Amino acid sequence: MKHSLIALSMCVALSIGAAAQAGEDAPRPAAKTLIAPKGATQKVDARGFIHRWLVLEPLPVSGRLTESAVEEAVQSAALPDPMDSLPVDGQTVTLGDTQLKWHALETLNYNLNLYHFAWPLSKPTSNVLFWVTTIVDSPQEMKDVRLAIGSNAASRWWLNGEPVVALDNDRQAVIDDGVSRRVTLQKGRNVIRAAIINGGGATDFCARFLDANDKPITGLTVTLAR
Amino acid sequence: MLQRLLLCAAALAFVPTVHALDGETGVHDPATVTMDGGKYYTYGTGNGIPILTSDDGWTWRRAGSLMSAVPGGKAGPEVLALGGNNTWAPDVIHIGDKFFIYYSAPATQPRSAIGLLVGKTLDPSSPDYRWEDGGPVAWSDGVEDSNAIDPGVLLAPDGRLWMTYGSYFGYIRLVELDPKTGKRLDPHKAPINVAINSEASIPIYHDGWYYLLVTHGSCCQGANSTYNIRVGRSRKVTGPYLDNMGIDMLEGGGKLFAGSRGRHVGPGHFGLMDFGDGVQKFSLHYEADLDRGGISVLDIRPLLWRDGWPVAGDNLTAGTYSIESVRTGTVLELAVQGMPVGGFRMRRPPGPPQGPPQGPPREPQPGPPIPDQEAMQVSVNWPANAGVRLAPAMLQAQQKWSITPVANAGGYPGSPYFRIGIADTERSLTATAGGELTTAAFTGAAEQLWRIDQLTDGTYRIAPKAIPGTSEPLVLSAVGSSTPTLAKFDPASDRQRWVLGAP
Repeated sequence: MKHSLIALSMCVALSIGAAAQAGEDAPRPAAKTLIAPKGATQKVDARGFIHRWLVLEPLPVSGRLTESAVEEAVQSAALPDPMDSLPVDGQTVTLGDTQLKWHALETLNYNLNLYHFAWPLSKPTSNVLFWVTTIVDSPQEMKDVRLAIGSNAASRWWLNGEPVVALDNDRQAVIDDGVSRRVTLQKGRNVIRAAIINGGGATDFCARFLDANDKPITGLTVTLAR
Repeated sequence: MLQRLLLCAAALAFVPTVHALDGETGVHDPATVTMDGGKYYTYGTGNGIPILTSDDGWTWRRAGSLMSAVPGGKAGPEVLALGGNNTWAPDVIHIGDKFFIYYSAPATQPRSAIGLLVGKTLDPSSPDYRWEDGGPVAWSDGVEDSNAIDPGVLLAPDGRLWMTYGSYFGYIRLVELDPKTGKRLDPHKAPINVAINSEASIPIYHDGWYYLLVTHGSCCQGANSTYNIRVGRSRKVTGPYLDNMGIDMLEGGGKLFAGSRGRHVGPGHFGLMDFGDGVQKFSLHYEADLDRGGISVLDIRPLLWRDGWPVAGDNLTAGTYSIESVRTGTVLELAVQGMPVGGFRMRRPPGPPQGPPQGPPREPQPGPPIPDQEAMQVSVNWPANAGVRLAPAMLQAQQKWSITPVANAGGYPGSPYFRIGIADTERSLTATAGGELTTAAFTGAAEQLWRIDQLTDGTYRIAPKAIPGTSEPLVLSAVGSSTPTLAKFDPASDRQRWVLGAP
């Protein structure tokens, strides 16, 4: 996200032109950083990052990233189900007149590259909103922990239905960029949901929990099962 | 110390105002400010050795004289025999369950002695408060090239106790003391010469080096005094102490540590205050405080270290600052949508592409200066209640913090508590229950009063006076690039280090 929106628009235009020359109907290869999850659960990695997510196909939005524009985009893209509910792989949802599908994904990196997700599906990657969600299973109640995320670009995050992180403006996905207030991870299932809003160019996010000493929590399990 | 008696009389008649510390701060030749039982103490030149004390290190008051708690009310007979009746320039050190106070007892200079007093507490209200005469620990006979005044003591990391002393009659000398008794370890062993023709010497230790702080110049002439603090260093406590140019302090060397600045003339009598966790300060006096009629006053300032040398820091003054996290490089801001300074502008005029550029490159045309952004220009859309966050510095109004001292709210060594608020608004940084942060209208409550200590690397540690619901001391911390919170101070981390600069 190093370029201005004007420059990005020009890049997008150039990309479209290049795609037209290569043939718009040519199949796009699958992303190398994303695979289908295997097995029911997965531990967070050694640095606490969550690798498994359900990701909804991108919904076109204005792409403006000021606080008010992001709030407006999230409200206009509101999902019909409660914030602490979990969809299933392949489930569809209609937002406005757009039907979108949830995809169960496992990222091979610490972050999940949403551009890698959308581009092979021939979905837009600029001026879009992605919904993502997952379940973190905690072996015991943990107080004074924090959800720590990075997102490219703006984002809104909820933990068990409560808003916990809000990032605005054009930004890189920096580890621990946005950190929640001290929250409690309840024993068992905890639902994370987020909306990632991108203006143009690359788009990705990462997430983990930090303990009371700001150290990553590694004893958590991730599942995408209801 | 050429005219100390004259100065002492002047020092007793000061008028307290607000600047270098508060309250009754008139003193000359102060001992290293030392803490006991939660209170701060220092002692100075004058009849019976006057005592100054403070509950918080900011507001000071006189508390009688030291000699009133000494048997006989004066220096011991051996001290008087080797020196004289005057009582000047003490220093104090706490070792184990004892306090040792060393004081100058000059006759007609350079005949003088340095006496020892031993006590269990500095608190005059304690039932254990009394001082025992420990006899002389160093002296000068009036003929030799030394003047046994101005003791300064150091407990070295290896547990050995050292004292330097001397004045403008020859050498600054070093002797070893017994840390169990405070007395001279071997009175028959000749002192070691470590510097020459200076005063107010004191050795300190830092990171593998011994540093000798001395005061050059003349004292006791008010604003005409040329006192300034100099320093040299050595790998051994016994020297040689060389300055930054390699000049031995025995040959007059000494790197400037603190000179006259602002409204304060003639700094002298360095005393190290080590608070741990990367916070060091030093006590000193100014020969003349121009805001107090030119009398000599006590001050406490931050001690910084740069390239292996001590640097005299300055206490924070009122102003408008950006508060930048060393961890992230982002700055503290009110969590509101910012507006670009000067409004939204594009690098190129909006409109459809004009086709391939033709002709020579277009030269950017400068416009008129864009004025600074003030809160009144952009705050109309700010919500009534807003928290704080960290964001890239953009010179915007929600990132400009007015830091102002709060009157009559107490303080800490060197400074009063501060209000930290968005400039030109009532929105003040406020600690909340649970160790988080918000902004609120200023009420003067303890959670809106901030202690701002400069750390030895020049950055700042910022802590609320109190946090609702907890007594745990927490400080402003960057838990991530965009999130400020309150957390326990970790001196090994950049999370709680902040740069205060012009926004």
